[in-house]
Amino acid sequence: MKHGRAFNGMLMSAALAVLPVIAAAAPKIGDAAPAFVGSDANGRAVKLSELAGRTVVLEWTNDGCPYVVKWYKSGEMQKLQRDATSRGAVWLTVASSAVGEQGYVDGPAANRQTQERAAAPTHFLLDPKGEIGRAYGAQVTPHMYVVAPDGRLAYMGGIDSIASTDPADIPRAEPLARRAIDEVLNGKPVTKPVSRAYGCSVKYGN
Amino acid sequence: MMRKFINCLVAVALLAVTHLASALESPAVISPRSTVTLLAAQTSAAPGQPVDLALRLQLAPGWHVYWMNPGDAGQPPQIGVHAPAGSTVSDIRWPAPHRHVDAQITTFIHEGDVTLPFSLILPAGVQGVVPVAVKATWLICKDICIPEEGVFQLSLPVGTPAPSPHAALFEAAERARPTAAMWQAVVDSRATLSLSGAGVAQVAEAWFVPAVWGMVEHGAAQTLEVKEDVLKLAMKAGPAFDASGQLAGALLTRDRQGVEQAYWIETPGLTVERPVSARWVSADLPAAPATAYVPTVSDTAGLAYALLFAMAGGLLLNLMPCVFPVLAIKALSFAKMGGHAQQAVRMQSIAYCAGVVATFVLLAALLLGLRAAGMQAGWGFQFQSPVFVTGMATLLFVIGLNLSGVFEFASGLSSAGGSLTARPGLSGSFFTGALAVIVATPCTAPFMGGAIAFALGAPALQTLVVFVAMGLGLAMPYVLMAFFPGAARRMPRPGAWMDRLKQALAFPMYAAVAWLVWVLSQQSGADGVLVVLMVLLLVALASWLLGVAQRSASHGITWRIAALVAAAGAALALGSAPESTPSSAAAPGSADASGSIAYSSDGLAALRAAGKPVFVNMTAAWCVTCLLNEKVALSTQGVQQAFAQRGITYMKGDWTRSDPEITRFLSQHGRDGVPLYVYFPSGAGSGKVLPQILTERIVLDGIEP
Repeated sequence: MKHGRAFNGMLMSAALAVLPVIAAAAPKIGDAAPAFVGSDANGRAVKLSELAGRTVVLEWTNDGCPYVVKWYKSGEMQKLQRDATSRGAVWLTVASSAVGEQGYVDGPAANRQTQERAAAPTHFLLDPKGEIGRAYGAQVTPHMYVVAPDGRLAYMGGIDSIASTDPADIPRAEPLARRAIDEVLNGKPVTKPVSRAYGCSVKYGN
Repeated sequence: MMRKFINCLVAVALLAVTHLASALESPAVISPRSTVTLLAAQTSAAPGQPVDLALRLQLAPGWHVYWMNPGDAGQPPQIGVHAPAGSTVSDIRWPAPHRHVDAQITTFIHEGDVTLPFSLILPAGVQGVVPVAVKATWLICKDICIPEEGVFQLSLPVGTPAPSPHAALFEAAERARPTAAMWQAVVDSRATLSLSGAGVAQVAEAWFVPAVWGMVEHGAAQTLEVKEDVLKLAMKAGPAFDASGQLAGALLTRDRQGVEQAYWIETPGLTVERPVSARWVSADLPAAPATAYVPTVSDTAGLAYALLFAMAGGLLLNLMPCVFPVLAIKALSFAKMGGHAQQAVRMQSIAYCAGVVATFVLLAALLLGLRAAGMQAGWGFQFQSPVFVTGMATLLFVIGLNLSGVFEFASGLSSAGGSLTARPGLSGSFFTGALAVIVATPCTAPFMGGAIAFALGAPALQTLVVFVAMGLGLAMPYVLMAFFPGAARRMPRPGAWMDRLKQALAFPMYAAVAWLVWVLSQQSGADGVLVVLMVLLLVALASWLLGVAQRSASHGITWRIAALVAAAGAALALGSAPESTPSSAAAPGSADASGSIAYSSDGLAALRAAGKPVFVNMTAAWCVTCLLNEKVALSTQGVQQAFAQRGITYMKGDWTRSDPEITRFLSQHGRDGVPLYVYFPSGAGSGKVLPQILTERIVLDGIEP
């Protein structure tokens, strides 16, 4: 009885293994980052291929998630966004929550969120169907990815090294995403290209 | 002098608190999602030997916390131990996890009643009773995640350990751990785990959960192959896979007979560090968390009302037949004094006040202890539970019957009243205050009943504050008369009016019963109403029989036995109170008479996606504030017209019975209870939360574009 859930899960994964795998597995560091065309909060199309030559940062968000709140309430996420974009990076904040799920936003709501938290992303991408999220294997909010100017994936993982909801941990943690962004912007190899992403699960629809 | 008595008061309060904490279980930290306590497995601790402690999390259905490796998301509970310097803490001995797959995100979780044991070794040289505090944080998730935290205190006597009453729970926790496997474990460079040894051939199904995040892909398929005495489980290497072949974790298996068993698997010579969840923090006791859980009926307005009522209730106690005559005598004596004597009287009145308040604090502490014990027994103290509502109705009914004079609460104590007031000195006054509360019990019991009803539903601090307010109310006339002797001369004389007043006060009690029966009719329909009416009938019979017994010249043993039988019948009937019937209320989306449609998250999302403004009202039949707000603000013509003119859809969520969708909406807006009013203007982002007390103006201003 005790592990009933685990075994239901096993049966489910067995069934999934037989079916054609729809969702691509997580992308690999050094491979071309999964291509996408997304729509931002103002209805503009954002195409990854058109951002070639620039450093692209992807940040998964959900305003109700306490881990996201940690980074915005402390102002650290906004600082990271401004530091990156002022040096030429493109910052894409992505919301993959499905309609009715926590963190779901439409265009006006996304813009208001950006305004309320004084955030500075280049675009706020609306991904309620979870297409971009699944292509990147985004599992948590905030899950971070950095795409190098050559279009290859340079970093995926956590925003920093201490999984907690306490803003006091930010200065103590290893600044994984910040360091990766700096290194890509400086044309250097990323010290730690993969790390553990921590946070709330992305609220994908089924 | 005054300071002395405040010190005295504080000492009494502290005594009450330490008394509670000295149990081998800490007071619970309670939220609508979890009830969490700290337990000890032994009655005392020997220095240098481990004493077993555990964080016990009793989670509401659907909610979970995380294992040592939470998987793709989440975070395991963290335990910080505050104990004397030199103490050592061992990590949590985790029970086997459950695998939870949701939209391709795999996590490893615990649900239901979760015991997380760990050990503490006190340093040599500790003596007496050692206070131990644990500050814990835990992320609790359902479809949303909420970080919770609590500070738990235990007092461990130093001595020879013996099993505490909680020992059985620790034994069960030990059994829930993965069993150490006797098999040889090897991992190759492609993340295939091989286990060899006797018994592996029995394994029919298996799933490996790595102890450390990312050792293998959490959600990737695992293929099992068993040949003779070798089991091979092909997994996918994760981002933290150790190419040198180190692996540790839990293997969840099912054998050919279908028996499930979790094993702990470790490759030999393991050096991979596992993240630690329990650790010693400091020798200082921690402060209570600033963001401590704020409780169910917790809006400040609610508390302000409660305090006001408690104070008024305390004040009213003075008019009761066994309190007022004493007050009247005191008043006369105060009025006769002057000069120096008055100064002394003032000091004495303050001492008396301190005595009264201290006694109330003690009563509150006692009640909180009882409540903690009840929570442990799994009682749900909430208005969503029909059994709780039926119980409340019964309690208020009994109080009403008592006020009506059907029967009396034991009256032997009241005669002592007069002589006690004559004691000299400040300490005398202090204890006079304390004893006055007890002496007045036959009259005050009904009101204490009301306060107890409140206390059962409210959090500890609120309960304490309410009892203090009641004590202040009771003591207030004495203090006022001591400071303003003139007022004392205008006091009414004791007389028959006191009894009539007492009888009249029964009717608000009956009104409250009527309201609770109506709440029940919403919760469990006609059956629930029938049950509560039967209970009330039997209780009325029992009360009448008891009254007859009390009035009979002999002790009326036969009557008393009959009363007992009737009361037992009532208790049995109470036990058969039906649980909530499934929501048969308006289907989501359908409109009701007030022009509102029932709340559903999909409905709200759809309306908002269509660019329509929406006003959401989260309410419950048992929430008086909610009903008042609807009456005076939301159903007024002005508001209804404004809704119509602006095309605002009025959505109403009924939380009379617990409804997870509404609970989620509440928690999204940082609330644990109703009322909650949120206005979502067309298009724009998050909603605007309106105050919990509404007027027509507030609503109209709130929906102003």
